[in-house]
Amino acid sequence: MSTPLLEVRGVSIAFDLIQVLDELSLSLQPHELRFLIGPNGAGKTTLLDVISGKTRPHSGHVIFDGHDALRTPAHRLAHLGMARKFQTPAVFTSLTVRHNLEAAGSYHERGLDLLLPARARISEKVDEVIHTIGLTAQAGTPAGVLSHGQQQWLEIGMLLMLSPKLLLLDEPVAGLTRAERDRTSELLHNIRNAAILIVEHDMAFVRQFDAAVTVLHQGRVLVEGPMATVQRDERVIEVYLGRAPETDAA
Amino acid sequence: MASAAGRSRLGAASRYLAVAVLLVVMITVVPGLLDSFRLNLLGKYLCYALVALGLDLAWGYAGLLSLGQSVFFGLGAYAFGMYLKLESAHGKLPDFMGWSGLTALPGYWRPFADPLFALLIALVLPAAFAAAFAYLLSRSRVGGVYFAIITQALAFIATTLFVGQQPFTGGTNGLTDFATIFGQPLKDPSVQVALYRATVIALAICCALGMWLARSRFGRLLVAMRDDEQRLRFSGYNPALLKAAVFGVAGGMAGLAGALYVPQVGIVNPDALGIILGINMVIWVAVGGRGTLWGAVLGALVVNGAQSAISEQFPDIWQYGIGLLFVLAVVYPGGLAGAVQSLQGKARRHTLAVAPPPSNLPEMEPRSVEVAQV
Repeated sequence: MSTPLLEVRGVSIAFDLIQVLDELSLSLQPHELRFLIGPNGAGKTTLLDVISGKTRPHSGHVIFDGHDALRTPAHRLAHLGMARKFQTPAVFTSLTVRHNLEAAGSYHERGLDLLLPARARISEKVDEVIHTIGLTAQAGTPAGVLSHGQQQWLEIGMLLMLSPKLLLLDEPVAGLTRAERDRTSELLHNIRNAAILIVEHDMAFVRQFDAAVTVLHQGRVLVEGPMATVQRDERVIEVYLGRAPETDAA
Repeated sequence: MASAAGRSRLGAASRYLAVAVLLVVMITVVPGLLDSFRLNLLGKYLCYALVALGLDLAWGYAGLLSLGQSVFFGLGAYAFGMYLKLESAHGKLPDFMGWSGLTALPGYWRPFADPLFALLIALVLPAAFAAAFAYLLSRSRVGGVYFAIITQALAFIATTLFVGQQPFTGGTNGLTDFATIFGQPLKDPSVQVALYRATVIALAICCALGMWLARSRFGRLLVAMRDDEQRLRFSGYNPALLKAAVFGVAGGMAGLAGALYVPQVGIVNPDALGIILGINMVIWVAVGGRGTLWGAVLGALVVNGAQSAISEQFPDIWQYGIGLLFVLAVVYPGGLAGAVQSLQGKARRHTLAVAPPPSNLPEMEPRSVEVAQV
């Protein structure tokens, strides 16, 4: 097995008296697609917060691509190729779709460069990403007037502008229609050169991918494995999926 | 689409022409039209407009509300006032220092005998101070209302400090009794006209600089930061550096305005650093409308013009007037700029009978909540 792209070792964090993550360990290979599921309060979003540098754990280690992620500020993790999407779409509502993507892909520009028009390299990348996320017709539209689904795609596009090695997605299909979910699924299927870690509640969506699933429960990894195995696991059915997994998709 | 682009190019060209004509009129015609008292007032308001311009960059674009912009203005004013004081003292100890018991000029005062040095400090010191202030606050994740409150505390601290250091700052009286500038008598009408012209040109240059900044990718990053600072951070930017940059520019503009203000008004005292002036500066921008830059300039001129006009007639009423303006700015968060834009929008819809194409400029979301919290 090659060196993992992301390694989380023994991470613990408590808010007040509640142990949110409890000696949690997880590793992700380059180009691997992994789903993170579990009941509310299992610590899924907190885990993404810890990995992406938003929250500091009380103990443990996070190694991303050979770097100590816990000692690296959030904006530098983005430079290293870690891209994080938030649960509610976080886009720059006053800026157009094109300018959102341009802003998301210009961090390496310094000082006076930012006073000049974007370089061709960035503009080409913007064109490519706009096409990938299917918002070509909306390129000049302020992001604030896009539909919820379009905003979700735009934010994924903003992550792609970083040419990331790892995408951390927090419920990318929450609140989307069936058709929008299918588009998102297609979009994610086409991302081949990056590892993706997705927090998701929608089991029907998870089944569209041939990917490993990690089930969190009370801040620990309960089970890890292919969806087919995981959904038959008695403990998972007990704490999360319930007896009729399909109803959980809603 | 092509014709719309052509029309907007034409529109831009005619706007540039209008601005150029306005500038020429302001420099050549206006000094002949106004008596020296009115011209002096106008020069003073243009200094205020320069402060408002910088404040709009920080507040309207980047969302950094500063209630203490007066501090940077005052620092610039004191720096240039030190030069004026030294020139008027003709190599002797400035009068207030003698009254306070000083026998020799403090070392740091000496280089201010050079007007260019004083002007440079008036620009650079407030800019550097503002940049460092914004950087440190942002790095400690102090933002929003808390940032505004700390800027107000800064104004209070600065006033107290300058009042307390009487031997070095002139205390409550400040620096006054200036006689000459560059060897010319300050009261001379031609000197005052020259100062007025210098202010017009400084404001024009700073407007051009501000417009350029606002329309560049840097300006869009400021708007992005106001929209969602976290998203920007996770896109690889350090928001503290962006805030330092924009606040530094705003501080520099305020400092330059202060330096131009002192010789036209003839005095600088701790009120120039104070809380009341700081709040007034915010009102100018709020009344003018945030996020357009020209709205802030207009707001500073209109509010101060109205203040003079009303307080000459009814000296007791103005304070109510400014309160009313503030209420109006909260109710109509677009300000004067918003009113003009919506009138333009109506006219355009009338002539085109179609919805206007989305503008290239970021649409400014009015954020009345922030004003209401002040």
